[in-house]
Amino acid sequence: MSERKKMAIIVHSGTLDKLYPVFMLSSTGGAMDADVHLFFTFWGLNAIKKGGLESAKLPGIMSVGTGMMKDKIKKVGTPTLTELLAMCRSTENVKLYACSTTMAIMDVKKDDLIPEVDDIVGAATFLDIAMDADVQLFI
Amino acid sequence: MANVKVDVDLDCKGMFCPMPIVQLKKATKNMKPGQVVRLVATDPGSVRDIPAWASKTGNKVLESSEESGVFTYLIEVS
Repeated sequence: MSERKKMAIIVHSGTLDKLYPVFMLSSTGGAMDADVHLFFTFWGLNAIKKGGLESAKLPGIMSVGTGMMKDKIKKVGTPTLTELLAMCRSTENVKLYACSTTMAIMDVKKDDLIPEVDDIVGAATFLDIAMDADVQLFI
Repeated sequence: MANVKVDVDLDCKGMFCPMPIVQLKKATKNMKPGQVVRLVATDPGSVRDIPAWASKTGNKVLESSEESGVFTYLIEVS
C-alpha cells in the first residue's frame, strides 16, 4: 500500500456552494484512506452548528435560488450535505475541529455544535496538522 | 472477465462523484484480501477516479471496460 496521505482544509465559508466541495473532497479523501482534517472558522463554523448544514444557502443575492439548486442536486442523486458528513464519518478518516476563537467571537457554545465535532482547537493545532499535510486547502 | 471470480457486485449506475468511490470503500471494508468486487457505473468521472482510488488505497484494478456508457470495473482487494 502506498504511504498514507493527509489533507488539511480550512473551512471558512458557510454557504452551500462552498460546503459541497468541502464535503465531496472530504468523503472522497476519507474513502481513499487519507486522514482528513477539517478546521471550521468564521462563517464555516455555522456549518457545524446544530441545523447548520441543513440551513446553508447560496451566497448573497443567489440565496433566493437555494431551493432550486437543492432540487437539482437531489435530481442527479447527489447526497445532501448532512448525508455527505455521515459518509465522511463512516470512513473513520475525517476529523472535524471547531476554531475556539470564532466560537468566542460568535458566542457559540460547545453544546451548540453537532456531536460529530471531534475537538475545539486553535491555530497551532491546525498548523501542526497542516505543515506536513499533502493537501492544504482554504475554502 | 470470464476467468475472474466476482465476490461482491456493486451497482453504482446513476450515481455521480463522490458516491461510487464512497460505496466502493464501504464495500471493500469488509472484504478479504484477494476477493474481487465488480463495480458498474455510469459516471464518466469514474474512468479516472476508480484507478486513482485504487492506487491510493493499495487495491488493484484487474479490468475495466465500457459498453454504451456503462463502465465496469473488476477490483481486487489487497
